[in-house]
Amino acid sequence: MSRQSNRTTDSKKMNSELFTLTYGALVTQLCKDYENDEEVNKQLDKMGYNIGVRLIEDFLARSSIGRCQDFRETADVIAKVAFKMYLGITPSVTNWSPAGDEFSLILENNPLVDFVELPDNHSTLVYSNLLCGVLRGALEMVQMAVDVRFAQDTLRGDNVTEIRMKFIKRIEENLPAGDE
Amino acid sequence: MADEAPFQFLHNEVIQYIYKSADNGETESGRNIAKLENMGFRVGQGLIERLTKDTARFKDELDIMKFVCKDFWTCVFKKQIDNLRTNHQGIYVLQDNKFRLLSQLSAGKQYLEQAPKYLAFTCGLVRGALSNLGVKSIVTAEVSIMPACKFQIMIQKSSN
Repeated sequence: MSRQSNRTTDSKKMNSELFTLTYGALVTQLCKDYENDEEVNKQLDKMGYNIGVRLIEDFLARSSIGRCQDFRETADVIAKVAFKMYLGITPSVTNWSPAGDEFSLILENNPLVDFVELPDNHSTLVYSNLLCGVLRGALEMVQMAVDVRFAQDTLRGDNVTEIRMKFIKRIEENLPAGDE
Repeated sequence: MADEAPFQFLHNEVIQYIYKSADNGETESGRNIAKLENMGFRVGQGLIERLTKDTARFKDELDIMKFVCKDFWTCVFKKQIDNLRTNHQGIYVLQDNKFRLLSQLSAGKQYLEQAPKYLAFTCGLVRGALSNLGVKSIVTAEVSIMPACKFQIMIQKSSN
């Protein structure tokens, strides 16, 4: 009991480290299982997608956010609410295309890469590619087809981490045949 | 990060991934458990390193176990272990009456045969944590009714 007093453990921080380290273990395993980085990227994206389609339910239930009117509002919700809620960071939204269908998320500090250093022989590995899948999967569940990819990554020597998102189309709700 | 949802979803997805590669005939079930356990081991090592950096030296084995039950468990699973028992000969049983990774699954015998998948990572987590505290061990888990489960830790006497 006497020791208890001088222990100050920040459980929020620990929890984020648990996530970061688990993700690292996953990427390590994938790199062992697959021969090239492209395959690993693809697998991470796929797993992210699976997470995204579930995470959106959790998100909508807890944030009480309704349908977005346009892509700009979507961008705001992603950066200010979703990223804040799940990763504890607020990326900035920049580089809008003139048509307003494309923007970038700039991540100041990506929690997924907290303890990570990429070895030289993995130069094409997109370490945090899971995030792309998550965003794509989540948005697909709210009828938005979006293309998501990493444009820049600090792990590969860029100054910032940039996720580029491009709106493709609105997914029509398909009523089953014979349903009025 | 204030939220536990990402870890839970990621954990599920890791299990999915490991078992899907088994469906292709690459590995059998025992190997999968071992793979998950090894991933947990590495994570446990990292976590305990971060967690103990400001703590005083431990008195003995029991002290280490108490630390795992209280601080480590609280950090990872937001609650303490409910019951710690030992035979004072190197076997410890940690009981968690509402294990977080099972509490979403079921509260009964349904899906019981799926439970080992959801425990392997945590077994590794504990083994990794102990290993970095200088205790070599074997950790197994058993479930009779979800979401309660017991982790049994067998200390390996070092042979030097």
